[in-house]
Amino acid sequence: MNSNNNILVKLNNAGFRQSEKWLVEGVSLTVEKGKIVTLIGPNGSGKSTTAKIALGIYKNIEGTVEKYTTKVGYVPQKISIDWTLPIRVYDFMLLTETIEDSAIDEALSLTGVIHLKNKNLGSLSGGEFQRVLIARAISKKPELLVLDEPVQGVDYTGEIALYELIKKISDTLNCGILLISHDLHMVMTATDHVVCLNGHVCCSGSPLDVAKNNEYKALFGEKASQILTTYEHKHDHVHSDEGEIKKN
Amino acid sequence: MFDDFFIRALVAGIGIAFVTGPLGCFVVWRRLSYFGDTLAHSALLGVTMAYTFDLNIAISVFLISSVIALILIQLQKKTNLPGDALLGLLAHSSLAVGLVVIGFLTFIRFDIMGLLFGDILAVTTDDLFVIWTGGALILIVLKLIWKPLLASTVNYELAEAEGLNPDRAKAIFTILMAAVIAISIKMVGLLLITGMLIIPAAMARNISDSPQKMVLFSIIGGLLSVILGLYSSLEFNTSSGPSIIAAALILFILSLFKIKQSIKLKN
Repeated sequence: MNSNNNILVKLNNAGFRQSEKWLVEGVSLTVEKGKIVTLIGPNGSGKSTTAKIALGIYKNIEGTVEKYTTKVGYVPQKISIDWTLPIRVYDFMLLTETIEDSAIDEALSLTGVIHLKNKNLGSLSGGEFQRVLIARAISKKPELLVLDEPVQGVDYTGEIALYELIKKISDTLNCGILLISHDLHMVMTATDHVVCLNGHVCCSGSPLDVAKNNEYKALFGEKASQILTTYEHKHDHVHSDEGEIKKN
Repeated sequence: MFDDFFIRALVAGIGIAFVTGPLGCFVVWRRLSYFGDTLAHSALLGVTMAYTFDLNIAISVFLISSVIALILIQLQKKTNLPGDALLGLLAHSSLAVGLVVIGFLTFIRFDIMGLLFGDILAVTTDDLFVIWTGGALILIVLKLIWKPLLASTVNYELAEAEGLNPDRAKAIFTILMAAVIAISIKMVGLLLITGMLIIPAAMARNISDSPQKMVLFSIIGGLLSVILGLYSSLEFNTSSGPSIIAAALILFILSLFKIKQSIKLKN
C-alpha cells in the first residue's frame, strides 16, 4: 500500500475536534525521508494539533494518518514534568529507548549541553532544557523527527546553531522532519515544503511559492512576504476573528 | 523454620516491602495515594467474600479491588464528577458495604481490629507462599512495563508519540496496585496499606536524585520499617500495621535532615 517507500507519515484530510470545536481540519501532508516539512501559522492555527495527529497522540480524528515508521523522535512544545520524580538529564535521555552512552554523549555534545549530563532535570533553565529535549529526540537516531518550536527560549546564537544542526541531522540521518517554527528565515532557507495553517491549510508548497501567496501575506503581513518576494495576487477569502473562512 | 509466628510475620513483611517499595514510588510520582486508599477500603469487601465462600483472602481481595478499579474507570468516563469525589464514593461505600456484610456473618468470629490494622499472628505458611509468589509476579510485570510507565509518568505525550503505549502500561499498573494490596492486607491492615506504599517512597524521594535510586531506597526503607515495626510490635504488644507505619514515619523524619543538608550545600 506504500507505493513510495520514502514516505514516513501521510495525513489525508486529517482533522481533530475537541468538544465541538475544530482545532484543525482538512490537513493533507506528507513527510518523506530526508525532507523537512515546516508548519507555519499564527497562534491557535492548529500547528501543534497537526503534529500530534501525525504522531498518533490524538486518536479520534477525522481523515486518516498513514505511518510507516516506529522510530520517532518528538520535541513537544510544552512539557510539564512533575518534579516529584527525581530525574537527571542522563535518565531523561534513556526515557523511551535504551541507547548507548556514547550516543547520549554525542547528542548532548551536538546541542551543547554535555556538561549538564548529571544535573537534575528540574534545575535546568528553559533554554538548557530545550537543548536537552532536542538531544534526546536525535540521540535515538529516529526516522521521523517532529519538532514543535524546538528552539523556544534558546539564545540567539544558539538558535542559529541548532537550526543548522537540525538541517545537518536531516541530511546525515536521512530522516524526515516535521518542524513547527516561527523563524521565517529558517523556514525559507532550510525547508523543502511549507504548510501554512490557519485552522485549515491556507496554502502550501515550496518556501518561495508560499512566500508569494497572498494568504500567507494576509497572515504574516507584508514584511514577512518581502523576505523573499514582492509578488502579489488576489486571494479569495479572509478570516474572521473566530477563524472562520469568509469568501470575498 | 516457619513454625514460629514471628518468623512467618518477618518473612511475609520482607516480601511485602520488596513489592511496596517500587510500586509506592509510582504511587507518589503519579499522585495515586487516594486511589490506593480506595482499593484498600474495598478490600474489606474482598475479605468478607473470602470468609463467605471460603476462598483465599489474597485472591478474593485482588478480585474485588480489580472490579472496583474497573468501576472507577467506567464512572470516570460516564459521569462528570471529579476524580476525588468518585474515589471517595467508592472508598466509603465499599467499606460500608463490607462492614454491613460482616454484620450478617454472625457465624464467623471476626477480628475487625486485625483486619483494619494488621495482625502478625494471622500470617500462615500459605500466606507466605501467596506473598512471595504473588510478589515475584508483581515485580516481574512491573519490570516489563517499567519503561512505558516511567516515560508516561514523566510525559504522557512523549511516551505515546514514541510508540510506548502508555495506556496499556497504566491499565496493567492498576492491576498491580490491586495485587499488592491483596498480598499485604493481613500484615499491614487495610487502613494502613497506603502508608506502606507512600511513606518509604516519600522518604526515598528526600535522598534520591534518580528514579532507580528512589526505588532502591524505597525498598530499603520498607524493609527497615517492617523489621523495626515487627520487633516493636512483639515487644510492646501493638498491632503490626501501626508499628510498621510508625517505624516508616521515623525513617521519613530522619530523611528530612538529609534535605536540609543539601539545601545548605546549595546556598
